[in-house]
Amino acid sequence: MASTATSSLTVPAGSARAAHRLAGVRGVWWRRFWLLREWAMVGLIKLCGISSILFVTAIFLFILCEGLPFLRMGHGIHEFFATSDWYPTSQNPTFGILSLMVGTGAVTILAMLFAVPFGLATAVLISEFCSRRVRETLKIVVELLAAVPSVVWGFIGLKMLGPVIVRFTGADTGVNALNAGLIVGLMSVPIVVSIGEDALRAVPDTFREAAEALGATRWQMVRKVLFPAARSGLLAAALLGVGRAIGETMAVLMCTGQSIAMPIDGAFPYLHPLSSVGTMTATIASELGEVEAGGLHYRALFLLGSVLFLMTFIVNLTADLIVRGIRGKK
Amino acid sequence: MTEAADNSTFGIQCDDLSLWYGSFQALYNVSTQIKPGIISGLIGPSGCGKTTLLRCCNRMNERLGNVRTQGRVLVGGKNIYDADVSLIELRKSVGMVFQRPNPLPLSISANILFGLQLHDGRRLSRSQQAEIVESALTEVMLWDDVKDRLKMKATGLQLEQQQKLCIARLLPLKPAVLLMDEPCSALDAEGTEAIEELLTNLRGRYTILIVTHNMGQASRISDECLFMLNGLLVEHGPTSQVFLKPRDKRTEEYVEGRYG
Ligand SMILES: Nc1ncnc2c1ncn2[C@@H]1O[C@H](COP(=O)(O)OP(=O)(O)O)[C@@H](O)[C@H]1O
Ligand SMILES: [Mg+2]
Repeated sequence: MASTATSSLTVPAGSARAAHRLAGVRGVWWRRFWLLREWAMVGLIKLCGISSILFVTAIFLFILCEGLPFLRMGHGIHEFFATSDWYPTSQNPTFGILSLMVGTGAVTILAMLFAVPFGLATAVLISEFCSRRVRETLKIVVELLAAVPSVVWGFIGLKMLGPVIVRFTGADTGVNALNAGLIVGLMSVPIVVSIGEDALRAVPDTFREAAEALGATRWQMVRKVLFPAARSGLLAAALLGVGRAIGETMAVLMCTGQSIAMPIDGAFPYLHPLSSVGTMTATIASELGEVEAGGLHYRALFLLGSVLFLMTFIVNLTADLIVRGIRGKK
Repeated sequence: MTEAADNSTFGIQCDDLSLWYGSFQALYNVSTQIKPGIISGLIGPSGCGKTTLLRCCNRMNERLGNVRTQGRVLVGGKNIYDADVSLIELRKSVGMVFQRPNPLPLSISANILFGLQLHDGRRLSRSQQAEIVESALTEVMLWDDVKDRLKMKATGLQLEQQQKLCIARLLPLKPAVLLMDEPCSALDAEGTEAIEELLTNLRGRYTILIVTHNMGQASRISDECLFMLNGLLVEHGPTSQVFLKPRDKRTEEYVEGRYG
């Protein structure tokens, strides 16, 4: 460590030369200080690198610790997960999150019905069917879509889409699962497009050439070669869209109508998009500010948060593993 | 370009063919006639335009946006650059084998049937499919190797087998011309020998144009030889003449340089 020979091996050559020259002028202590500083910088960088892991773990543990005591406060696991009445402020409060999970599920499904076909079609268009200039323009437009703040999306849903829905469906209210689904779908399109496009780009060009040399049209090539070859990447794109939809809060808070309802039943079409719903995210956002810290309602919201965290974590992790699997294989 | 009575009668004729990638000219006024039913070898140093010329014959160059072609290429007497030519029909009758084997990421039999299923609206029966797969694989001498694993993914085969499969999948479309771009360059000596044997087997039934920068291979398998240099077609003649009594000084230098 102290000898110049070692230090020139462990630090970049240019800096080592500088250190050496300085050492001649300022002596050995200066050089020690210089190396120490180097070591400290590397340490700091490593710390920043792993801090994200620490943060995620710490946040999850914190939420869980705040939430778990709920189960020892007279409202069991069964009530929490298997009943649908979320009335935390009534005389006899009940904390069933089933309706909230179903609400989140309904919004997510509607959003994906819209975002997956639309997003994947855009991805195919961008990666296969357009010239370079059109491609770059489209990508910028899609990125702009991602840059719209979610409160603005909420505003659009509330004030513009809502009345349109009422006009065309005759629904009682324009704020409902369909409204939130469409808005969240639009919000999820950019991520579906960008991951989907990556997946299509990852398919080697030789496959395209092979298909086209056999006389396939562009569309036949996309359908019969690209889709099967990029299947897992496209799945990952859809999953990341799902993750985005589950976690969205502000727009959903503004567009769903926030009512405790089960928009499903056993008969076709099973899901009622025109019913107002409440979601997990919006419930936490709207209620947490008014609860007493450490109380029953507070704990219930944190437990709800833990469930939400786990759901998005699993969805994103799955998508990430799929994407990594593809990169690894290449 | 209708159903050819005798496929091997389709020759290729290039008339004053020039090609530009953007502003870079890769082919200069290439004119020649590839005779039907024989194997023609296309030789020349790397970067001289062999692949480019080959890809003119099935218009694969057009996949790239910045390509401009001038002149005519006649396949079976029809200029394939005419406005009324269907790319699909063209590529059915002019098959192409690439430098790196590129079977589609599907099963072996799906690879063989891929071309037919693109074009035939009607569904083939199971037995018809089996028959087509067997005859195509037999023709490329791959049947015995893979007959027990036709449902296996083709990308899992050895390279040599993959390349044979890439040839086999052209055959159900009954092509007249087979274009091959250094089909052995990714293979070892054994694989190269196997492909050469296969080519000799196909001789006479298809018009074959094969790019190679292996002089030994060109002299072994080709009936005629084309030598290119810097986008120019320098010499075209019977293989023995090109190798033994080249008319052009540049051909002589190239042929000898590679031998020595
Ligand atoms: N897509 C392309 N864009 C621009 N130039 C190209 C492209 N493909 C090939 N070229 C150029 O055209 C010339 C001929 O290339 P090619 O036909 O691939 O040569 P060969 O197959 O004989 O090695 C080379 O100089 C190459 O750099
Ligand atoms: Mg080449």
